[in-house]
Amino acid sequence: MDALRFPAPPISPAADALRLEVRDFLRSELGAAPRRDRSGTLGGFSPEFSRKVGARGWLGMTWPRAYGGHERSMLERYVVMEEMLAAGAPINAHNVADRQSGPLLLRYGTEEQRREVVPRIAAGDCYFCIGMSEPDSGSDLASVRTRAVAVEGGWRVNGTKIWTSYAERCHYMILFCRTAEADPKDRQAGFTQFLVDMKAPGILINPIRNLAGDTNFNEVVFQDTFLPAAAVIGTPGNAWRQLTSELALERSGPDRFLAGFKLFRALVGQLGAAPGERARMAAGRHVAHMMVLRQMSRSVAGMLEQGEEAALQGAMVKDLGTTLDQGLPDLARLLLPVEADPESEEELAAALADVTQHAPSFSIRGGTREILRSTIARGLGLR
Amino acid sequence: MSDVTRMLEDTAERLLREHCTRAVHAEAEAGIWPAALWQALEESGLTLALTPEEAGGAGLPLLDVLGLLRIAARHAAPVPLAETLCGNWLAAACGLAVEPGAVSIAPVMRSETLRIAPIEGGWRLTGRATRVPWARHVARLAVLALDEDGAPHVALVPRAALATLSRQQNIALEPRDTITIDASLPAHAAAPFPGAVHAARALGAAMRTAQIAGGLERALELCVSYSQQRVQFGRTISKFQAIQHNLATLAAEAAAASAAVGLAAEGIAGGPDLLLVAAAKGRASEAASIGAAIAHQSHGAIGFTWEYPLNLATRRLWSWRDEFGNEAEWYPIVADPVLTGDAAAIWPAMTRRRAPGTAEAA
Repeated sequence: MDALRFPAPPISPAADALRLEVRDFLRSELGAAPRRDRSGTLGGFSPEFSRKVGARGWLGMTWPRAYGGHERSMLERYVVMEEMLAAGAPINAHNVADRQSGPLLLRYGTEEQRREVVPRIAAGDCYFCIGMSEPDSGSDLASVRTRAVAVEGGWRVNGTKIWTSYAERCHYMILFCRTAEADPKDRQAGFTQFLVDMKAPGILINPIRNLAGDTNFNEVVFQDTFLPAAAVIGTPGNAWRQLTSELALERSGPDRFLAGFKLFRALVGQLGAAPGERARMAAGRHVAHMMVLRQMSRSVAGMLEQGEEAALQGAMVKDLGTTLDQGLPDLARLLLPVEADPESEEELAAALADVTQHAPSFSIRGGTREILRSTIARGLGLR
Repeated sequence: MSDVTRMLEDTAERLLREHCTRAVHAEAEAGIWPAALWQALEESGLTLALTPEEAGGAGLPLLDVLGLLRIAARHAAPVPLAETLCGNWLAAACGLAVEPGAVSIAPVMRSETLRIAPIEGGWRLTGRATRVPWARHVARLAVLALDEDGAPHVALVPRAALATLSRQQNIALEPRDTITIDASLPAHAAAPFPGAVHAARALGAAMRTAQIAGGLERALELCVSYSQQRVQFGRTISKFQAIQHNLATLAAEAAAASAAVGLAAEGIAGGPDLLLVAAAKGRASEAASIGAAIAHQSHGAIGFTWEYPLNLATRRLWSWRDEFGNEAEWYPIVADPVLTGDAAAIWPAMTRRRAPGTAEAA
């Protein structure tokens, strides 16, 4: 059955050597101790760090040299990603751009967009946010109401995007919006993607505080915002198809099972060298699950390298990975008497508070669990 | 994947479909050896897939052989193909002659040890082993025994040379016999084993991982086709979101088992690396539990009947998840290199890779 195809990832001595290089870099950049970070479980937003990563050649790793890339393998990129995540590195400035916006522009963007923007992403200088969700459109993306209307020399946009991470600190948004009347016979028709300069007049950014007290996601309001004709990505009306390849990249990566890793690390540190049989059993189970997820995620990287379609596999990685990550607080609570405290100096208490509060988002952002399972079911031929 | 592998996969698929009929399964469960099936497997060369070419086999990479086992598991082939592949590999690894006939391996339980000692003109092999797969039907057993210095040896023991054999079975009614051995063997029947003591057990665990992946694939196929045919409330039950999401979960578990096969193969190729094998078998065993439960829930009462073929997959999944080590055995082994008390060492332990061929102490 094709859905179950997870070919063994290729052996890559280059990737093994790179891993040690990245580890050395992170050790000197972040220090030996894992950094406390209040901005969320996936590390902080640091342009300074992102530029250093870019200078090492670790952004846009698989892209053509002509656009600032480094023409390395997906597996090497995978290694850099997972080392950064495991170390809790502040990758949020460059992560979205490197993971999905850059590849989207390379695949569908105009030559001008590629020349102008992609090399800056690879340098760690240019950051992207995602413009998909709206107040009334979450999982049902085909219901988005933000609309671009063709005008002299370009498009005029009105509408509201929401849950936009780091909108105020990003240079560009990939905006997904309606450009033609809804067609009841083809709900996926009539959408266009735009490259939006976040400094354009008529864009209002309102921060939204999440339950953990962070304000790194936002509402982005477009009020008669003018976008030049050159801002269209790909073909007007073709956005849905363009989006599909973006989603495979968004879902299959190691960020889907390493979001809570700092809690596991704190737990293992606290358990000590003689953890007892119950802890060996439970922690061994967690490690085994992570190792198989790594295998799956590396397998997807290998498939993408071969130009194979892996959207289903990506959905499975995300479903299994986020479920495992969300189980971490209970794993910790089962093994040690600990009370979560966001302000604690104790690493375990602070990590437990942080992961507990962010865990609900794991299976929502990037495609809810329910949407992923429906995607898988479609792949099985059930829908 | 080589041409030889592809050819063997096609052959396996064809002859298993032809031979693994409901009647053959019924007979096998009643204790009748499926001679025609076994003969077809031997004639196709499948039983020697893992044996090196110089010893007369196909010499396929382990990952490809695990792929063949997965196909056999999808068909619930009621024969010791995994055990024969493993036994022939052990024999060839020691330079012992590989001969036709079904082979089993012993011991399969972690706690059991058989003893071997050189005697005038040959070897003395003694001990007891439980849960030995298919012992009553095989031509010989490949026994991994220790000498008085603890050095592993492989001995080939004809079934007729067993002192006692008491019949037991797993949930799928596949033979899992208790044997005792107290035999004098000729010099050419045993030799020192160049690998680690736990090599056979690790290989067995990798093979059961592949079989679980095949069993889950079969369970999923049955679920998909059944849900597309069964009509309730005026539509096929495949249209209900609750069913769709359960089957998506089953598919993800089957996929995890499938990926675990690659992990296990990597672990064996390196010499073996028990961390990888332990993680793979533990995780696949868990997938077997979750997957079998969903498969039955999705089928309703029909899946609970003996007649409907789902139980050929699920009763094997419930057996294979425990054989060659269940979660209770493997998960603590996964934990040991990771739970050293040093939080900074976790990630390097989980991602370490050894150069192929570098062995490691047990």
